[in-house]
Amino acid sequence: MDLSMRWLADYVDCKCDIKKFCDEMTLSGSKVECFGEEGDYLSNVVVGHVVDIVPHPDSDHMFICQIDVGEAEPVQIVTGAQNVKKGDYVPAAKHKSTVLHDGKPVKITKGKLRGVASNGMLCSLDELGLTLHDFPYAIEDGIFILGDDCDKTVGKDIREAIGFDDKVVEFEITSNRPDCLSVTGLAREAAATFNVKADIKEPQFKGVDGDINSIMSAEIHNAELCPRYMCGYVKNVKIGPSPRWMRERLRASGVRPINNFVDITNFVMLEYGQPMHAFDLRYVSGAKINIRNAKQGEKITTLDGVERELSEEMLVIADAEKPVAVAGVMGGEYSGIMDDTTAVVFESACFDGASVRTTAKKLGMRTDASARFEKGLDPENTYPALMRAFELVEELGCGEVVRTFIDCYPVKKERRGVTFDAAWINGFLGTDIPEAEQEEYLTRLGFEIKDGKAYAPYYRIDIECKSDLAEEVARLYGYNKIPDTIIRGVANAKLTRKQKFERTVTSAMLGMGVNEITTFSFISPKYFDKIRLPQDSKLRNTVVITNPLGEDTSVMRTTILPSVLEVLARNYSFRNPECYAFELGNEYIPVEGEVLPEEPERLGVGLYDTSDKIDFYTIKGMVEELLDKCGAPGYEVARPAEDTVFGEVSAFHPGRVAVITIDGREIAIFGELHPETLENYGIGCRAYAAKVLVPELMEYCIDQKTYKPLPKFPATTRDLSLICDDELPAAVIEKTIRTAAGKLLEKVTLFDIYKGQQIAEGKKSISYSLTLRSHEGTLTDDQADKVMDKVLKALAEQGAELRA
Amino acid sequence: MKEQLKAIEAKAREELSKASDLKSLDEIRVKFLGKKGEITAILKQMGKLSAEERPVIGQLANTVRADIEEALTSAQNDLKSKAAAKKLEAERIDVTLPGKLPRLGSAHPLNATLAEVEEVFLGMGFDIVEGPEVETDHYCFEALNMPKHHPARDTQDTFYINENVLLRTQTSSVQIRTMENRKPPIRIISPGRVYRSDAVDATHSPLFHQIEGLVIDKGITMADLKGTLEMLLKRLYGEETQLRFRPHHFPYTEPSAEVDLMCFNCRGKGCSMCKQEGYVELLGAGMVHPKVLEECGIDPEVYSGFAFGIGLERITMGRYNINDMRLLYENDMRFLGQF
Repeated sequence: MDLSMRWLADYVDCKCDIKKFCDEMTLSGSKVECFGEEGDYLSNVVVGHVVDIVPHPDSDHMFICQIDVGEAEPVQIVTGAQNVKKGDYVPAAKHKSTVLHDGKPVKITKGKLRGVASNGMLCSLDELGLTLHDFPYAIEDGIFILGDDCDKTVGKDIREAIGFDDKVVEFEITSNRPDCLSVTGLAREAAATFNVKADIKEPQFKGVDGDINSIMSAEIHNAELCPRYMCGYVKNVKIGPSPRWMRERLRASGVRPINNFVDITNFVMLEYGQPMHAFDLRYVSGAKINIRNAKQGEKITTLDGVERELSEEMLVIADAEKPVAVAGVMGGEYSGIMDDTTAVVFESACFDGASVRTTAKKLGMRTDASARFEKGLDPENTYPALMRAFELVEELGCGEVVRTFIDCYPVKKERRGVTFDAAWINGFLGTDIPEAEQEEYLTRLGFEIKDGKAYAPYYRIDIECKSDLAEEVARLYGYNKIPDTIIRGVANAKLTRKQKFERTVTSAMLGMGVNEITTFSFISPKYFDKIRLPQDSKLRNTVVITNPLGEDTSVMRTTILPSVLEVLARNYSFRNPECYAFELGNEYIPVEGEVLPEEPERLGVGLYDTSDKIDFYTIKGMVEELLDKCGAPGYEVARPAEDTVFGEVSAFHPGRVAVITIDGREIAIFGELHPETLENYGIGCRAYAAKVLVPELMEYCIDQKTYKPLPKFPATTRDLSLICDDELPAAVIEKTIRTAAGKLLEKVTLFDIYKGQQIAEGKKSISYSLTLRSHEGTLTDDQADKVMDKVLKALAEQGAELRA
Repeated sequence: MKEQLKAIEAKAREELSKASDLKSLDEIRVKFLGKKGEITAILKQMGKLSAEERPVIGQLANTVRADIEEALTSAQNDLKSKAAAKKLEAERIDVTLPGKLPRLGSAHPLNATLAEVEEVFLGMGFDIVEGPEVETDHYCFEALNMPKHHPARDTQDTFYINENVLLRTQTSSVQIRTMENRKPPIRIISPGRVYRSDAVDATHSPLFHQIEGLVIDKGITMADLKGTLEMLLKRLYGEETQLRFRPHHFPYTEPSAEVDLMCFNCRGKGCSMCKQEGYVELLGAGMVHPKVLEECGIDPEVYSGFAFGIGLERITMGRYNINDMRLLYENDMRFLGQF
């Protein structure tokens, strides 16, 4: 809402400068976004009087003017305009002034035009930043000749002389206060804020004799959607421009002046917050207004020339035959004021906010009027607005108002009282404001206190309960004067197991040198192709956003992997030599028969390092270390099964991918990315990724770590070098050793793998170091040999023989 | 013999002074003190001495032996420390060469800030509560006093999954779920991802994070709300932090407030950083609307409460002086590595 300070001054004098005005209004609840001054880009442009004008000797289209600018000597200015005459008053930009050119400020200095000195410039409206709408009597291509509505004091600053010096304050008005989207509303707020009186008189009009009922009629067919409909008739209408004071107030409010009747409707809307409609009765068939629901499929061509199809829930203003306006949104094609209009109907009505909102949305046309109705206006507001329109018609002398008017108001709105309890308000706010002071604040805001109740003025549609009154008191008392206190009572807060577990996971990943990332939860369905998901993969069944910003963010991710890979790709494209990234984030999995999807938490990890420092075993080591730090019990690592739960297996190198299972349940997948995946993401080096199912892992992890006594007896170490088929997985060998060695085995460490010379084709040499220890005494060689015999026997069954 | 012993000692001392390594020291020890050494040789001749001389010479021999032993030890120590010094000298390095770091990862700045906020609230007795991001219209709007067609819905452009399911625009939905499930007193914060259909630019993102707080108990006042926020923001921004509360409107609180932080740059005078306002808008808050309490089965005549919502991005950007929100979601390692 742009507020003209000149207009505000018609109603209230806050007795302070604009900065203080803005600050105080903000603190009492009307937030000021910014303020500015009209035409502040102009400088040193004054009213000039053309005392002499002669043709330029060396040009057939220029003139040399002597301009009286209120100084000792007239100023000589050369102009190319053809419309300047001796005796005219014009805007004269003096030497070292600023005017607009093509919408941008430019400096004007003296110079020579075809050899003749020109000490400035005469200005057009455009060069002042104005249009013909502001001064309809001016001409498009020529100097602006000041009319009688301007101050013609020579030398006077032009902005002041033509009323182009208003200050404008931009307010951010919250949706509960549509009354403040008006000059009178803000005048009332200002008066309450500064504790001064606002001078808002009830509009008066004289009118001429005539019976409105013999001219036209109106009927509400749906009182729920239209609680009140008022209209009045103006005859002998003279369409023309409105006076300067009205035009400049409209302009400062950001509304373009059109003609007196259109301007009056806009003026009243801005002043009273009540949208008005003016239409020509000639186009109302049968002179009968029906406020009714549209019929299914009924059509109307709106003022903007677009034909629109209506549906039954929409409210229309119709004549005897057809809709002439969409109620509260926009008038029909022929409903406007034409140049030959002789009789005008002013409509001032109240429509249901939700209905206007739905209709405007469905038709795709939000107008200034609909934006106001949407917030819910009070039916009482229609009356002063209509009276003000009549008053203005008479003030402008542009028609005769028929004294009687139509007022359909089926159910008069009752004033609602809210219990006023000063002690409760103090208890609620934590203040100690005396009752009398509270009453004074409410009275200032137009409330009436009677029998322990506060009655809000009709325009305050937002006042419904005790806490609303508390806010009114608080905002005039001053929010910042309310003390700061500490909540009483004790409270015992703690992290949940899940939150603690997340912290463990995060700190483990950070400790391993992986940076934490934050990615969007929505992705493009194309990402599924990038990770090579089969067409029938269940991961392609997503939660779809019906109104996404773009395809890239149109579905909720069912796998965290592409989000992580996007980060790898982006870093690679930034030529970052390495990227170690992890995210702890949700996946969104639709569940058949459920309203909401599941949102399981996942750990996604992605790594690349162009210095080749890392390989498959780096990501494996990270996942294993993570499991260890989280307190995971024994787990198994194996190649993914055909029916793995991890649909993303397609993204990985088929020979370099593994799955971790605990108790037969898959918990994590990790590995090197498939070359095609890398190509799809434009990553030019090997890269690795992992995904861990966090809640599933947490189920198996042990929170409580218990201390095991340190060994009292020394350990015995035995090394084993084996020969076996290359295909025999190390995990199988290790498991065999563990099972066979039993309790005495403390640790198995792989320390060498060798293929090549001296080893037969298809075989490998694999060496382990076994640490054996007893907690009962020092192991004898005999005991250790027995263990080793058992181990070798078991290994032989697996086809692993001691290397000769 | 006296002279012989004296001569031996002198000789031993001379040889010791010339010895340059531990091996030659050992040779000296054998030569003089060994079983076949010179002192032993002298002592073997003790039998020829008179009874008077024997103890005198014996004592002298022992003194000489002890002296040589002591000299030997000291020469040994000398040599050892010289060798050590030499080794240390040889191991001199350029201490200005770059250090070798064990690599540590960096927490994302949003999460680092969140962790700090959570810590403050845990200390004040607030539990941390989470809830679904894909949410029903009921929990995101209806229960928060924003029925369908409520004009305030316009300020939260919403992504819809279908007519009744959406991406939550605020974590207040979690507050409603909490109030339905817990009896007062309630003290919670609900941090999390929220979604609004704003195109990405330097200050907007379709996904961002909120931390909402809720306190419900008997006798909770607006002064408590002010005190709580004051404490949080002083912890986050320092003791000199100054706040400004001004009236605002949210459908789910009454009275409602917006809280501004005095611009650190100009201390409230107005500058380009705060768009001449002197203050920077920080968060929204208010006393929980009685309708919202009722909706959750809490009697507004008995209980009152306050709620607030903070944009995590805003405070994170303020803390680290980050001027473009896109950096937070780009995940450039050069950016993340700075935290």
